[in-house]
Amino acid sequence: MNNAVTLSETRLKLRKLFLKSEPVRGYTLLSPTLLAMIFGLAMPLVVLFTLSFWLQEYLDFIRTFSLANYLEFFQKPIYVKVLLKSIRISGMVTIATVLLAYPMAYFIAFRVKSNKLIWLILITVPFWTSYLLRVFAWKIMLGYNGVINSGLKSLGFLTEPLAFLLYNPTSVVITLAHAWAAFAILPIYVSLEKIDRSLLEAGRDLGESAWMTFLRVTLPLSLPGVIAASLLVFIPTVGDYVTPSLVGGPRGIMIGNLIQSMFGQSQNWPMGAAISVMSMFTVAAMIGLFLWGTHSYRKRVA
Amino acid sequence: MNTNRPWWRLDGFYIYAVLYLTFIYLPVLFLPLFSFNDSKYIAFPLKGFTLKWYEAMINNPPMLSALMNSIKIGLVVAILSTIFGLLAAKAVTRYRMPGRGPVVGFIMIPLVIPEIILGISLLILLNLADIPLSLLTVGFAHLLLCVPFSMLVLVSRMEGFDKSMEEAGLDLGENAWMTFWRVTFPIVLPGIIASLLLTFTISFDEFVLAFFLSSIDQTLPVYIWSSLRFPSKLPSTLALGATIFMASFIVVTFAEWVRRGGVRLDSTSGI
Repeated sequence: MNNAVTLSETRLKLRKLFLKSEPVRGYTLLSPTLLAMIFGLAMPLVVLFTLSFWLQEYLDFIRTFSLANYLEFFQKPIYVKVLLKSIRISGMVTIATVLLAYPMAYFIAFRVKSNKLIWLILITVPFWTSYLLRVFAWKIMLGYNGVINSGLKSLGFLTEPLAFLLYNPTSVVITLAHAWAAFAILPIYVSLEKIDRSLLEAGRDLGESAWMTFLRVTLPLSLPGVIAASLLVFIPTVGDYVTPSLVGGPRGIMIGNLIQSMFGQSQNWPMGAAISVMSMFTVAAMIGLFLWGTHSYRKRVA
Repeated sequence: MNTNRPWWRLDGFYIYAVLYLTFIYLPVLFLPLFSFNDSKYIAFPLKGFTLKWYEAMINNPPMLSALMNSIKIGLVVAILSTIFGLLAAKAVTRYRMPGRGPVVGFIMIPLVIPEIILGISLLILLNLADIPLSLLTVGFAHLLLCVPFSMLVLVSRMEGFDKSMEEAGLDLGENAWMTFWRVTFPIVLPGIIASLLLTFTISFDEFVLAFFLSSIDQTLPVYIWSSLRFPSKLPSTLALGATIFMASFIVVTFAEWVRRGGVRLDSTSGI
C-alpha cells in the first residue's frame, strides 16, 4: 500500500520533471536521431581511426598499434600526389561551378519578374536523371565516337576523331561541374533573393555605378550563398569515385579511387582507412582555411 | 532597374541563361536519344528508331528487382528519416537545451564528409561486428545520410512559424500530442512533404554507400553501375533512365498543378 503510494508519487515527480525541464524533453525527442547517429556515425569513425593504426595480414588484421600506414602514406609519393590532385580538381570544379552559376542565379533573382519557380524547376529537371547516367552522358559527349567528335567531323573540321577529349583531369572537371551545377545555383539564388532591394536603390541613388553597386552591395551580401555553394560542391567532389572512374582514365584518378582500391583489389583495409583519415583532415583544413579567408574578406568589405 | 522591359527583349543575361540551360540539358538529352537507337553501341552515327530497348527493359528481371529494391529502401528511408528529422527539429527549435550547438553539428557531420569515407567506415564497423551486408545495411546508411537533410528542411520550416500558436493550443486545454497534431503538424506539413521528397530522391539515386554496403541484392544505381561496364546491357538501362525521368517529370508537374490548385506548398522549402 505504502509502496504503491511512493511509486505513483515518484512517477508523478518524474512526470513533472519531464514536463518542466526543457533539456530533458528536448533530449528525449532527440534521442532516436542521436542514437542512430552514435551507432552509425560516431562508432564507425572511431573504428576507422583505430583501423588506420592496424595492419593487414592476408584476410586478418594485426591489431597492434602501428604508424606504418601513415609512414607509407608520406613515403610513397602516389598518395600525397593523388590527394593534392583531387583537391586541385575539386577546387577547379568549385570555382568553375560557382562562376558559371552566379550570373544564372543573379538572372533569376533580379531579372525574372514572374514565374521564378518555373526557372528554378527548369534548372533542376536535368538532375532528376540518375547521377551515374549524368556522368555517363559525358562519355557520349566527349568519347571517340561521341557528340563533339562526330559533330566536328560531319561539319568537316576533323578528319580523325580527337582522342584527347576524354580520360584526363579536364574531362573530370567538366563532368563534375555539370553534375553539381544545381547545388551551386540554388544557395546563391536564395542569398540573392534575400537582399533588400532598397539597398540597391540606395547604392544607385548615392551615385554609384551599377557595377560598383554590385561589387559593394550585392556581392558581399550574397557571399553566404557563395560560401554554401562552394562547400556543397567542394566536399562531395573531393571524394568522388564515380566520375574519375568513368571519365578520368589513368591520369584522372582521384583519392576516392585509391581508397576504393584498398577495399577492393588491394585488400588493404587499414591502409585505406589511413588514406581516408588523411583526406578528411586535409579537407577539413582546406575548409577551415577557406572559411577564414572569406570571413576576413567579409570583415574588410563590411 | 528595367522593370518595364518585355521578357522577349534579349539582354546579355538572357543569352547567358539560354547558353547555361543548353550546357546543363544537352548531355542529358542524349541519354533518351540513344534509348531509341537501333544499335547496342552508344556512339554516333545513329542507326534507326527502335523500341526494342524498352521491351528489353520490361523483360529484365534483375533490373526490375533492383528498381523495386530502390523504391522500397527509398520509401522506408524517406519516412524514417523524416520522423527522426521532425523529432530532432522540434527538439532543437522548441527547447532550450545545453549543448545544442555541438549536438546539431554532430548530426550534420554526414553532410561534410565525403560519402566514400562514410561508406567504408560503416563497412569496417559491420565487418568487425560480423553483421552481414544486405539491403538493411544500405537502408541504414541512407538513413544516416538523409536525417541531416530532413532536419535542415524541417528546422527552417519550424523556425518560420510563431511559437505562440503552439502555446495557444496548450492554453486552450489541448494536450501536447493533440497540439502537435492539430497545430504544429498542419503548419509544418509543407516541410514534411519537402523532406519526404528530398530524402526519397537522395536515397533513390545514392550509389557510393550502396556500392560498398550491399551484397547480392542490388539497388538500382548499383545495377546501373554494373551495366555501364557491359555495353550489351546499356541501352535498356538508358531506356529505364528515360522512363524514370518521364515519371518524375509527371509527378513534379502534377505536384505543381496541385500546389496551384489551392494546396499551397511553400516554394522555398521545396528546394
